Amino acid sequence: MIEARSLSKRFHDKKRGDICAVENVSFTCRPGSIYGLLGANGAGKTTTLRMLATILEPSDGTALVFGHDIVEDPEKVRASVGFLSTATALYPRLTAQEMVEYFGRLNGLGEATLKKRIDDIFDRLDMNSFRDRRCDKLSTGMKQKTSIARTLVHDPPVMIFDEPTLGLDIMAARTIVAFIRECRQTGKTVILSTHVMSEVEKLCDVIGVIHNGSLLAEGTPTQLREEYQEKDLEEIFVKIVTAHVAPHAGVEVS
Amino acid sequence: MSARDIGIVYRKELLEALRDRRTLISTILVPILLFPILTVGVGYVVAGLIEEADREPARIMILGGTDSPSIITNLVKSKNLIVVSEPTNYVDLISNKKIRAAVEIPPGLQTGAGTDFAPVKIYMYSGDLKSTTAAKRIEDFFNEYRDNLARDRLTVQKLPASFLKPFVIKQQNVVSAEKVAGETVGGIITYLVIIMCLTGAMYPAMDLTAGEKERATMETILSSPISRTHLVLGKFLLVLTASLVTAALSVTSMGVSSWVIQHFQDQSSGSAMHIKIGLVAVLAVFLVALPLAVMFSAALLTIALFAKSYKEAQSYISPLMIVVVVPAIAAMLPGIELTPRLSLVPILNVSLLCKDLIAGNYHWNSIALIFLSTCLYGGAAIFIAVKMFHRESVLFRS
Repeated sequence: MIEARSLSKRFHDKKRGDICAVENVSFTCRPGSIYGLLGANGAGKTTTLRMLATILEPSDGTALVFGHDIVEDPEKVRASVGFLSTATALYPRLTAQEMVEYFGRLNGLGEATLKKRIDDIFDRLDMNSFRDRRCDKLSTGMKQKTSIARTLVHDPPVMIFDEPTLGLDIMAARTIVAFIRECRQTGKTVILSTHVMSEVEKLCDVIGVIHNGSLLAEGTPTQLREEYQEKDLEEIFVKIVTAHVAPHAGVEVS
Repeated sequence: MSARDIGIVYRKELLEALRDRRTLISTILVPILLFPILTVGVGYVVAGLIEEADREPARIMILGGTDSPSIITNLVKSKNLIVVSEPTNYVDLISNKKIRAAVEIPPGLQTGAGTDFAPVKIYMYSGDLKSTTAAKRIEDFFNEYRDNLARDRLTVQKLPASFLKPFVIKQQNVVSAEKVAGETVGGIITYLVIIMCLTGAMYPAMDLTAGEKERATMETILSSPISRTHLVLGKFLLVLTASLVTAALSVTSMGVSSWVIQHFQDQSSGSAMHIKIGLVAVLAVFLVALPLAVMFSAALLTIALFAKSYKEAQSYISPLMIVVVVPAIAAMLPGIELTPRLSLVPILNVSLLCKDLIAGNYHWNSIALIFLSTCLYGGAAIFIAVKMFHRESVLFRS
């Protein structure tokens, strides 16, 4: 379970001054379901997820991740989370197995448990053919599988995906999508950020629309369709954002 | 748990470092090969050039001396000198290396014995090896001529040869071989240890911070449960290892190179400068340099962490070299002695102390003061590095 409570994040930029990247964002993600954080580039998705993964510290507010407070207990939060994004690359000079072993050890797994977990994951993801190959020699698909194995090695109850398919080819993206579904099936709490509508349609049980750092709307796809009288999620997204932007900034979003 | 986590990070960084060609070159290959190349290689080339200059007859010109025919005849006959007569200006000829030197014989040198006369002037190209050799040969010739002249005069006067040299002056070294080593090569070894501690830490420090950002692995590791303090300490230990390995290999390589050169000099000339550097002195130098290496490693990690890429890190770190070289080089300058005030100046204090240690001077008060102050600076540098790893504006600088 993830419970975000009035999360806010402000940065200071020398040129632009104080910037509010995320403002007063609250939502709940339940186990066995996928929460989709939908927003354009710069909307505040990555900042929100980084705060939930305790990579960034919130300026205000907090969140409970698997019962642990992200401000009070960041290390316990990270031990409960598997975090995957396009910015979480692999160590090029380690082999796929060494990479997964490293994160298993950092998550406190003993050698016997670690070996069993790795054998199990490598069998499940069909990774045995490249387990001893260095990460810089792996194909994109192999890298994705290794990243998945890295996030799964400690069997976290919460999974955070920050635009996980960004820049991937169709086959590598399918591997990720299948993995996210599997996480839901195994009862994990899943939160996913994206701006790809097809991904939202395919995966998300609950959608939160984020824009300019604020959560503007939230609900299941069915609830959102009923509320905005639109079938197409992209149209719904545009309606929500336009309704927010027009009175505030006088900018029309197309 | 914390020591375990630091150990996990350290082992992983070590494994990656051992697989990285650039780290292996900067940490192992360069220190091993640098000194044999600098000492044996460059020494061999220089020795070859000197030998060639010694062997090659020098073309010289005689100016004046028409009333000193026997001197000219003997000069022409002398070995390794070829007397040429050119109508052009001797300065141009020497400048263009057509001739190596010219000698001006003052009027009446041969005939005017017993009177004051103008000096024999040798014109040469300062700094040019072959010209210097030619000038030396001419000088030797005239020295011998002068000595023979004096001897003949003494014989005529029935005076002994000791008449002109009633006594001789001789210098005698009275200090130990260790002290000689401290004054002669102590400064170089100290400089080497300090610089190599810095250069050995440079590449790994950049690779483990800016390199991680560039390769997008920083966010990966920050998403793991390890605390940032333990993460920095694991990385820091690897940088420190690289720093110390580079310094140790450099000194070993320099020691072996010097031993080889000295061994061959002993065989060829039968004489050698008696220098002795004890193993205890070298270990003491390393012990004192250890907190300095700690300071360098932590400082480099901190500075490199500010950079977004390896290239940017290089531009931040390069000026640091000057900050370190200046105090490190101080140990090689004559006359700078360790004082209580200088004992607190970072780098310079270690530099001067190491020179003392190699010379076998163990001033325990200074050793304690310098060791503790450098430990303090090193600790402060680690503290800053840890603090910087907790700052989002540094880790995620865009």
